[in-house]
Amino acid sequence: MSVLAPKFKLSEFIKSLFDNAFWALLLVSLVGLPLIQVVLFYIEMPVINGELLTPFLALTWLADPSRSLPIVKAFMATDMFRVMVFPGFGFAALLAAGTIFVERKMLAKLQLRVGPFYCGKIEGILQLAGDGLKLISKEIIIPAKADKPIFWAAPVIFVATAAAFVALIPVAPGGWVVADVDLGLLGVFAIIGFFPIITILSAWSANSKFPFIGGIRALFQMVSFEIPLILSLLGVVIVTGTLNLSEISASQSFFPWIVFLPVGAIVFFITMLAELERIPFDLPEAESEIVAGWLTEFSGMMYGLVQLGTYLKLYAFAALFVVLFLGGWNGPMIVPPFPEEILTEGIVLGPVTAKFPGLPLFDQAMLNGTLWFVIKTVGVIFFILLPRGVFPRIRIDMLLSLGWTKLIGLAFVNIFIALGLLYAGVLGPGGLQ
Amino acid sequence: MTAELPPGLALQKVDERIMTLNVGPQHPGSGHMRIVVQIDGDYIVACDPDPGYVHRGEEKMAEYRNYITNIPHLERPVIHDSCNVLYPYVLGAEEILGIEVPERAKYVRVIASELNRCIYTQYWLAIYGIFLGHSTMFMWPAGDRELLIDLMEKMSGARVTHAHFVPGGVRNDLPANFEDACLRQVNYFEKRIKEYAAVFYDNPILISRTKDTGVLSKQDAIRLGTTGSVLRASGVDYDLRIKEPYDVYEELDVHTNVMKEGDSYARSKVPWLDMMESCNIIRQALQKMPKSGSVRTKLKPNPKTKGPETVYKRVESGRGSLGCYIVSDGKTEPYRVKMSVGSFRNLIALPYLLKGEKLGNMPSVYWSLNYWPVEADR
Repeated sequence: MSVLAPKFKLSEFIKSLFDNAFWALLLVSLVGLPLIQVVLFYIEMPVINGELLTPFLALTWLADPSRSLPIVKAFMATDMFRVMVFPGFGFAALLAAGTIFVERKMLAKLQLRVGPFYCGKIEGILQLAGDGLKLISKEIIIPAKADKPIFWAAPVIFVATAAAFVALIPVAPGGWVVADVDLGLLGVFAIIGFFPIITILSAWSANSKFPFIGGIRALFQMVSFEIPLILSLLGVVIVTGTLNLSEISASQSFFPWIVFLPVGAIVFFITMLAELERIPFDLPEAESEIVAGWLTEFSGMMYGLVQLGTYLKLYAFAALFVVLFLGGWNGPMIVPPFPEEILTEGIVLGPVTAKFPGLPLFDQAMLNGTLWFVIKTVGVIFFILLPRGVFPRIRIDMLLSLGWTKLIGLAFVNIFIALGLLYAGVLGPGGLQ
Repeated sequence: MTAELPPGLALQKVDERIMTLNVGPQHPGSGHMRIVVQIDGDYIVACDPDPGYVHRGEEKMAEYRNYITNIPHLERPVIHDSCNVLYPYVLGAEEILGIEVPERAKYVRVIASELNRCIYTQYWLAIYGIFLGHSTMFMWPAGDRELLIDLMEKMSGARVTHAHFVPGGVRNDLPANFEDACLRQVNYFEKRIKEYAAVFYDNPILISRTKDTGVLSKQDAIRLGTTGSVLRASGVDYDLRIKEPYDVYEELDVHTNVMKEGDSYARSKVPWLDMMESCNIIRQALQKMPKSGSVRTKLKPNPKTKGPETVYKRVESGRGSLGCYIVSDGKTEPYRVKMSVGSFRNLIALPYLLKGEKLGNMPSVYWSLNYWPVEADR
């Protein structure tokens, strides 16, 4: 009899394997396949060999592999792909996960330690997955006197708002944006204005002292930094004459606006740190004073959701900085063009010649734009993370005086610079463009 | 249900504007104690520190053990500073038992005591850093401590609770080549702690946060009875290593660091300057130490005292003056051992300093008082 599992019986173990296989097959055939069919009904199907592919024929790629790429391409043209994968939630979540990993390792190197190391063998690359699993498996504890519906809803609304922010960011030329709104920047202001409401709702509904103080602090901080934030972006609006983020990106094909509006970029960067509650502006979560601020009563996956939302927000702000000041997707063409012979002749593998109808999946400009966008965004995120290793936390009165006096003043200086450039004829019609 | 509650249990009537916060004992910014803080908006109107959560009865335990077996448990109040905590007890026990200490042992004691002062101060500084939200300042001192802990491990065999000082000297002689290793590591340590200035002490945000907060004037510092770095940060030049030198401190050139401001910044800077002074003292002691000789006067297993006697000895520990009062009735166990610790004296200043401060200043003022909750409770 085994010491580790005294009640282990081989026959029962084999039976359990069969049971699991049975249930897996049952679920796939009764739920999984119909679900795939439902998804396929919403996809505009491609035309292959002169005949339109219907959803009923969609699984024929299993028999005829040459049909798989056109189906993928058709799926990529749908709105669902944009919302869920690229440039929407999946892309942002991937960058956010990368951010967490880089933050941990970079901070560790700064502080003469190794950081996550064991999980995933290579430099602790699976630590985040482990943390996520831990948060999912933990019990969710709600304070007895909490206002339960609002308390439950707050993390979900927080993530949803952060994701709405992500939806407005144009990533690559050719319409790679979830919501290409003409008043995109106004939408960004509206979403930023929504975060303090969620914070104060969750803090108040927890009915606990430390979250309450943290929520009030967050409210003060966000509201007082929103005004310099909006004012600092007006300079860009003045010189471009549009609120559409895609057009603002496209307008910087020769030079990024940071060349002409450095003051606005600095003000926006500082207010961005405050809106993100990152050190040195992490007063709403000041651990030594108010435990974890407005996050104190969140446990398990509710806390995980808030963290996810925080990092999505971080990505969205960094991307907004790139779009407005660093030229968005614009950059020299460094992606090589797709090799023509694969399209015309296919890949020759000895006696077999593999042909790939439907290639290329992405055009060259889009790949190049995405690459430049990601490089710039990662650079900005790096500078957002860096102060955490260098600065202590500042105090609420210093924060408020910084926001209400210095930053607002600098934001007005930036607006005057933009107006001066416009009226002097340097920018705008007949100017450098 | 309507029975009148006895006084003390009745609900206290407070202004509706006032919110009472229990900072501790389960709070990341309190340590093993509780601070009851009443706040009006962001301002603290009253503060009531409540120590006693880690009382372990060290003084009572000392009455049931003889003078040798008391050693391991009496160093428990501050395990990071275990040599200094034990120092006054050992000095007192030597006087009661009537034994002489060899010259080399006195120097070894000074070296161990200064190394321990640095180890404690580094730990304290690490927590001060994280209280201000500066995580690099948490990791760097905690890592650089290891240099000195390795030295203490070479010297005594234990990394934290050394139990190295015994009545009659120290437990073991120094290992071979200890002097070279000590000099090398202490020099490197001093170079490292000087780098803290760039990241922490000269940081403009830190200066603007801690300057002119929790100001303790010279008169108040004396009146409240604070000791150690808190007293020196308020401009009082008081250091027992100079005022009442014990062992071989009078043969060494000891300087103290005094700052006039008396604010949180000065209170956090004085221990850091003291660490550099400790490095100087260690270098001097290594130079003047006799190169060979006995380090311990052997005692019988259950030593008898000369007769009824009381002694009071005090030393300068990492947190200020640390006294030990021993009453002997002639038996093998002490009749009473009373420790007077610097932590508790400094805590008295907390309600005085926090009144009228902002809530955001609470961690920096509290921890700048060089307070160690376990030592205050004993």
